[in-house]
Amino acid sequence: MTEIRTQSMPVTHNLVELTVSELSAAIKRTLESGFDRVRVRGEISGFKRAGSGHLYMQLKDDAACIKAVCWRSAAARIGLAPEDGMEVVATGRITSYAERSEYQLVIDRLELAGLGALLKLLEDRKKKLAAEGLFDAARKRPIPLLPNVIGVVTSPSGAVIRDILHRLEDRFPRHVLLWPVLVQGEGAAQQVAHAIRGFNALPVGGRVPRPDVLIVARGGGSLEDLMAFNEEIVVRAAAASTIPLISAVGHETDTTLIDFASDRRAPTPTAAAEMAVPVRADLIAEVTLCGHRLARAAARQIGEHRLMIEGLARGLPDPVRLIQEKVQQLDHWIERRDNAQRSFFDRKRDALHALAGRLRTPRDQIAAMQNALSYAVSHLVTCVNAALERSGRRLDNGATHLRPKLLHDLIQRRADALASCGALLDSYSYEHVLKRGFALVRDQDDQPLTSAAALSSGMPVTLQFHDGRTRALVDGGSASPKRKTSKQEKQGTLL
Amino acid sequence: MAQDQATGTSVPADIAALSFEEALAELQELVKRLERGDNKLEDAIKAYERGAALKRHCEAKLREAQLKVEKIVLSQDGSVGVEPTKLD
Repeated sequence: MTEIRTQSMPVTHNLVELTVSELSAAIKRTLESGFDRVRVRGEISGFKRAGSGHLYMQLKDDAACIKAVCWRSAAARIGLAPEDGMEVVATGRITSYAERSEYQLVIDRLELAGLGALLKLLEDRKKKLAAEGLFDAARKRPIPLLPNVIGVVTSPSGAVIRDILHRLEDRFPRHVLLWPVLVQGEGAAQQVAHAIRGFNALPVGGRVPRPDVLIVARGGGSLEDLMAFNEEIVVRAAAASTIPLISAVGHETDTTLIDFASDRRAPTPTAAAEMAVPVRADLIAEVTLCGHRLARAAARQIGEHRLMIEGLARGLPDPVRLIQEKVQQLDHWIERRDNAQRSFFDRKRDALHALAGRLRTPRDQIAAMQNALSYAVSHLVTCVNAALERSGRRLDNGATHLRPKLLHDLIQRRADALASCGALLDSYSYEHVLKRGFALVRDQDDQPLTSAAALSSGMPVTLQFHDGRTRALVDGGSASPKRKTSKQEKQGTLL
Repeated sequence: MAQDQATGTSVPADIAALSFEEALAELQELVKRLERGDNKLEDAIKAYERGAALKRHCEAKLREAQLKVEKIVLSQDGSVGVEPTKLD
């Protein structure tokens, strides 16, 4: 075995034989010592945030790529949310992963590569948040005119808080609550967001007074310095604030995303203080002026009413005189009433007397009636006697004119007329006809029979002659007419 | 008026509850209405009395003018407290 090995050795010269582990360890040492601090620029791809909080990605350029990892502790500090396609400059070291023959970049700082990339990132983020409606004008709340408590989110050191306090002092000194925060670097965005939410979480009437307005402020700086105020977490906290919020980040020319979400954007922290409070002296003057105008207007109105009342009062007559006049009128009327009363009763009394004078006693009235009665009786007797006398005279006159002969003549004429009528009546009687030889045939009911057709054979009839009646039977033969005794012959034919 | 200012220190509860802004706005409106002078005398007197109370309220609000600066301190349990602070 040894020989074989020895025989084979010359081919490989004198290189030390290493185990894989030894080699891997050697490479690891070389890599990690040679690249223990590098800055590399590249584009993020395959970005992944693991449940553990570690970030995994690749950095690449046109020709190469390298694996990269950012441990959770470092990930919390980078002021950037990595995403695919982002052009970044990563700072870190190279480590190798011997088991799989891999190496990777362990990132502890990550920043956007160049201003253009940063601006593009901000523009994209702005569009995204705007699309969510976080910047809508309808969300903006008015800043109260005079807040009692002002919450300020800024660094406790530096010029910004002093500028704000000075301006507040000048205009209207107020109660200021400062929530100290880091305004740049690691954790700044988290602190600012937490402060905004913290102020909003204060209850009304709590131990710590709830501010009426918030100022989130930072002094000027580079775009990178202001980055905390571009972070989504800060923008969202500002948009969600129910307390009106004034943003004042950087100088007038700097605009950060919080400015779009705030209720008002102040160009500087000093300007934010001016927006937060009015000038006290102005308000005092305004209130005083209002007080004067109020008093003047009220006084004028009262004065006008007084004048009006005085004017009306002059139009009112003197009440004493008014009463005196009425008393006088009353006296006058009382007098008239008394007079009227007197004359009224006088008139009535006179009338009564007159009537009483005309009133006659019943005895007088009876006597008068008796007189009238006896006069009427005597007059009646006279009249009746006169009438009797006149009637008697008229009777006598009538009696002298009565003539009996006229009456006799009248009776004779009537008797003559009657006699001639009776003779005429006799001449018309059927008994005369019978005397001339005719007979009248009667049936059993003693009714005259005047037609041959009324007779039938064997029928009993009665024959009446002028001197008496006899019974006969009809024999049924036809009779030949004979001029002389038509009735006899008819009966003969019948018998 | 002067008498009102001297003696009138009490402000009705409903006015005391108003913010400075609301009180001032109402006061200005009352002044305008009174100056138009088209209301009844009784209303004018009421408006004046209310206006005077609003003015006192506003003045009281304006008197509270002292700069007080406190700093928020967070205790370990996360609760929020304040402590006086002096900057500069």
